[in-house]
Amino acid sequence: MDILNALVAFANFVLLPGMTYGCQLALGALGATLVYGILRFSNFAHGDTMAFGTMATILATWGLQAAGVSIAPLPTPLIALPFGFAATVLMVLATDRLVYRPYRNRKVASITLVMTSLGVMFVMGGLVRIFIGVDDRQFADGARFVFTAAQFRTWTGLGETVALRTAQVITIVATAVAVGWLHWFLTRTRTGKSMRAFSDNENLALLSGINPERVVMIVWVLSAMLATLAGVLYGLDKSFRPITYFQLLLPVFAAAVVGGLGNPLGAVPGGFVIAFSEVLFTYSFKKVASYLLPQGWQPEGLLQFLATDYKIAVSFAVLVLVLLFRPTGIFRGKTA
Amino acid sequence: MSQTTRNALLFLLVGALIVLTGLTQSWNAALTIVNMGLLSAIMALGVNIQWGYAGLYNVGTMGFIALGGLATVLVAMDPVPGAWQAGGLRILAALIFGGAVIAAAALLYRRLAGSLSGVLALAVLLVAGFVFYRWVLDPAVAAVEAINPALQGNIGGLGLPVLLSWPVGGLLAAGAGWLIGKTALGLRSDYLAIATLGIAEIVIAVMKNEEWLDRGVKNIVDIPRPVPYEIDLQANETFLSLVSALGANPASASAIAVKLLYAAMFLVVLLALIWLSNAALHSPWGRMMRAIRDNEVAAAAMGKDVTRRHLQIFVLGCAVLGIAGAMLATMESQLTPGAFQPMRYTFLIWVMVVVGGSGSNLGSVLGGFLIWYLWVQVEPWGTGLMRLATAGMADGSPLKHHLVESAAHMRLVVMGAILILMLRFRPQGLIPGK
Repeated sequence: MDILNALVAFANFVLLPGMTYGCQLALGALGATLVYGILRFSNFAHGDTMAFGTMATILATWGLQAAGVSIAPLPTPLIALPFGFAATVLMVLATDRLVYRPYRNRKVASITLVMTSLGVMFVMGGLVRIFIGVDDRQFADGARFVFTAAQFRTWTGLGETVALRTAQVITIVATAVAVGWLHWFLTRTRTGKSMRAFSDNENLALLSGINPERVVMIVWVLSAMLATLAGVLYGLDKSFRPITYFQLLLPVFAAAVVGGLGNPLGAVPGGFVIAFSEVLFTYSFKKVASYLLPQGWQPEGLLQFLATDYKIAVSFAVLVLVLLFRPTGIFRGKTA
Repeated sequence: MSQTTRNALLFLLVGALIVLTGLTQSWNAALTIVNMGLLSAIMALGVNIQWGYAGLYNVGTMGFIALGGLATVLVAMDPVPGAWQAGGLRILAALIFGGAVIAAAALLYRRLAGSLSGVLALAVLLVAGFVFYRWVLDPAVAAVEAINPALQGNIGGLGLPVLLSWPVGGLLAAGAGWLIGKTALGLRSDYLAIATLGIAEIVIAVMKNEEWLDRGVKNIVDIPRPVPYEIDLQANETFLSLVSALGANPASASAIAVKLLYAAMFLVVLLALIWLSNAALHSPWGRMMRAIRDNEVAAAAMGKDVTRRHLQIFVLGCAVLGIAGAMLATMESQLTPGAFQPMRYTFLIWVMVVVGGSGSNLGSVLGGFLIWYLWVQVEPWGTGLMRLATAGMADGSPLKHHLVESAAHMRLVVMGAILILMLRFRPQGLIPGK
């Protein structure tokens, strides 16, 4: 029995990656769920909005790097983020103005808006590919590790080891700040309260003099910023590739549905549920088990539930289970 | 202008565009567009059955098309010698056992819902079932994949005529559609969209990774063809004399002849499907479907089981998609799971349906041809346009190179713009449904 080594291995391969991925999904799901809460449709362009924001940030990063600006040991994309935010917010607001707004006065079925968001997805995805191409891009610079595996080993002398990457720390800190601020905004400020009122009961909100166009504008701004943040953090942690961001749509939606579509409070635990199920079901527990089980009981197989390629199947299975047993999500979301 | 003349003119326009391709590029290229147009029309028809007849939003068409492709492999490929003895039967047993465990779990859940002991029993059943399933499955998969891995390593098919795979593909896709419909229908419409998006990705993941089934990303090539090979035609005396009588080149004539044969077969399927769905739509069943589509609450009040009817029509639409998928794999005579992209096999089909006119079979056919034509042609147009736009820039400048290279992605932007504009300004499509 070697509980300490087992814990360290678990932390390195499950806990840290799961936390990081969970944060990224939570931010993505928050953006999608906010739009759903106010505008009442699933925005299929959300994955490509994430890609657009990340692309804008990468382009700004290149500019800053060329100008010699650096905040080492932190990665340059962090100071490029405001540019990414600005570009994405402008893009999304322009989209709303040109594409979605004409529908609002006509009270169309939500499915028309979903279809329209599909068109927006095409256009945004195409623009991203035109501007930056389809290749895999690493854009993180600065220090890669807060502490490396070798450092951890010399400190503790354990057989197993943990490496803490800068991107992981940044993701967790940035998510905590963003979610904390959003919570404060939605519960404490006048604008945030009016948004929640609008989401709860549109007619009542209109009666009490809330300006719907302003609420819609703010929700798009928030969603664009959250999407950009989620995309940049994911890209810093892994890499940027347009098709991967499109494929993030499913786990992001799964997280939002698990948390209750339209319910911002639920999106964060939803993100963690999806991320940890994906990591746990595709992690090989052989190493952890070999520390925990007595000598001679060593497992022969990998002790892996599913091959890593089936990550997407895991988030889908969680989604289906939630749909079957609790269609409104763990935390009640909007039903209509 | 009456509706009929307008429709005729629209079809004539698309026909003229394709003939123009034949005149300016080659007849081979034009026929390629026609064949893919026919297949696209069938796919659009499948989506139209779900969306136009019942308002069901399926964004996983890629998965159902891919399942149809899988059927061609399982039906038409020759069995791999020794694969069934090595582990094929054991794999089959494992899969049946897995299904039985899930069925037992569902039964148990219904019996014991709520109680703690029930939940525990369920958990024990599922975990033990999964461990046993993997214990049966894993060695069998390894044994099958070890057979001649450079060329085979899969269980192969049944060695039956490839045409049989078309209905089988439909059945396979219908089965998957039933599973997904059972879960997500009756919930809010967005959930069906998200669920179908997921099932499509999973089908592709399974087809990419389960090498014992279809060799995964190593691809299956040489699926038997229902039509003669070009090489055989070029050696055929009757064909050669016919070609020389027409004064054509045997090589290109044989390619065109093969494509024409495919076109004829696809046309038969397309017409049969249109006839069937029109007949269905004008039967009492079709009237009920339209009643449900137009007012679900009223239909439910008349005693119609809306969710059940929706499931029925969802499964039918999926079957049509599966048939189209099997036909596609037959025409390409290969299965490449890596080539299934949601842009191409899901969202493009949707553009076809919306542009053609939801609820209208004729519209789906028109949309299938028109949008496929644009999808093929916008790429060279975009590149040409970009070359023109960048003509003033120095040759060899990296920016110019990048711009010309990326012009290929113009078609995503164009398709998106078409979809948005149609939905906004002509939501009923080019040929409105009734």
